Amino acid sequence: MSSYKHFIVAALSIGAISVSSPAALQCAPVPDSITLNQNGKLFSPFTFNHAQHIQSIKECADCHHHTTGTLVLDPNCARCHQNSSPTAVVSCKGCHSATPFSPENLAAKRADKQRYHLDKMGLKGAMHQSCIGCHNKMGNGPTGCQDCHPRTKEGAAFYSTNRKGAKPAHAEEE
Amino acid sequence: MKRRNFLKACLIGGTTIALGKTNKGWASGSFEGYPEAMGVLVDTTRCIGCRSCEAACNKEQKLPEPDTSFDDPSVFEHERRPTSKAYTVVNRYQKEQPSGPVYRKVQCNHCNEPACLTSCFVNAYTKTKEGAVIYNSKVCVGCRNCMIACPFNAPGYDYDSATNPIVKKCILCYDTRLKYGKPPACVEICPQEALTFGHRADLIKLAHERIRATPERYVDHVYGEKEVGGTSWLYLAPVGFDKLGFDTTLSNDPIISNVKDFLGMVPMVLSIWPALFSGIHLLAKHEEQGGHGHDTDSNQEDTKP
Repeated sequence: MSSYKHFIVAALSIGAISVSSPAALQCAPVPDSITLNQNGKLFSPFTFNHAQHIQSIKECADCHHHTTGTLVLDPNCARCHQNSSPTAVVSCKGCHSATPFSPENLAAKRADKQRYHLDKMGLKGAMHQSCIGCHNKMGNGPTGCQDCHPRTKEGAAFYSTNRKGAKPAHAEEE
Repeated sequence: MKRRNFLKACLIGGTTIALGKTNKGWASGSFEGYPEAMGVLVDTTRCIGCRSCEAACNKEQKLPEPDTSFDDPSVFEHERRPTSKAYTVVNRYQKEQPSGPVYRKVQCNHCNEPACLTSCFVNAYTKTKEGAVIYNSKVCVGCRNCMIACPFNAPGYDYDSATNPIVKKCILCYDTRLKYGKPPACVEICPQEALTFGHRADLIKLAHERIRATPERYVDHVYGEKEVGGTSWLYLAPVGFDKLGFDTTLSNDPIISNVKDFLGMVPMVLSIWPALFSGIHLLAKHEEQGGHGHDTDSNQEDTKP
């Protein structure tokens, strides 16, 4: 079995983020920090500073879509979810599968002819696009792989980092 | 009598071949790939050029160590193509544009009607029902016809081995993953989900839906949907495909269509022409001989008394 299979399957498992609507804010705990990539093989687990992001962004829906019951920002989503109430699960992994392309998931998608959200992102894609996308847009925040999660020893071997600085392939080809 | 039979046979034979050729032509022209074929949709607007797919491919296919590490961005200075040591490579385009660079992953596109397969005279290539174009290195003789035939420059050649010359390319992880319904290694590793794995037919719908939902993000074209008869790998792009190194001059007809008409003539030429020309030759000779013989006979008759 490939070494990184476990990384894919278990990567980026995220602790439940229980951000809820302002009304329910008093009773539902909002985590200050969340450990992401808990079972990462190629990249180490790291702490996501949730509190800092709440402070600087203030808008839950920027990351949590309509799940927290706040105003829906995306006009395409608003067509149906304008008046959607908060969902039971607000964590990323509550909706986004860690194995979006598994034979089981693909078969389920094919069997369900009524399903609308056919293009729902997997967990890894959703998180990376959300983080990197926003960090790029804001012009601050980490965007490099190791800026968030340092590589493990296994990861270093996977990316053949011992070959760093060697002659690139094209130099030989030309 | 003999000549009449001969001409009749020619006519019947020719018609049969002509009809057979036409039917065959229609059949392959309308072939849209296997219904259960899988594929990968590459959304170049999502790719960040991390080259994780290259690393995953290298490990999955047990390829030799790369010349430089997989996190070395200096490889983007030159446009690369897949080789026998790297079945997939990521290239960078539009670096000077304010919208930022666009990265494009290159590998075998796994055509519905592969030109490599058509060009291979030892039948080393197979298009599986899962959509992968795989090859049998045991029968490959290293002629490299497939490298010339491929419109995407996908097959690489293993020049290092003089005794066992083989062509190498992406096989969609057929042996280790696709066969079991699992996504290829590159798709699984991609952090941005720039690669979407699924049934080819579903991916085409998905791609058009992405364009419909966010038209400002994409040019309205799915590369690989129709190009050279359709490919299992499909691409979405934020700018014209010609700006990202794609060959936009390719026809929607499979490469085989370019040679099909000509190749259809080969059996006719081989089977009919020898018979036709020997017939003509024999008839001509017979006439010549007959005429001459008659003359001789009359001469003999003349000299008989």
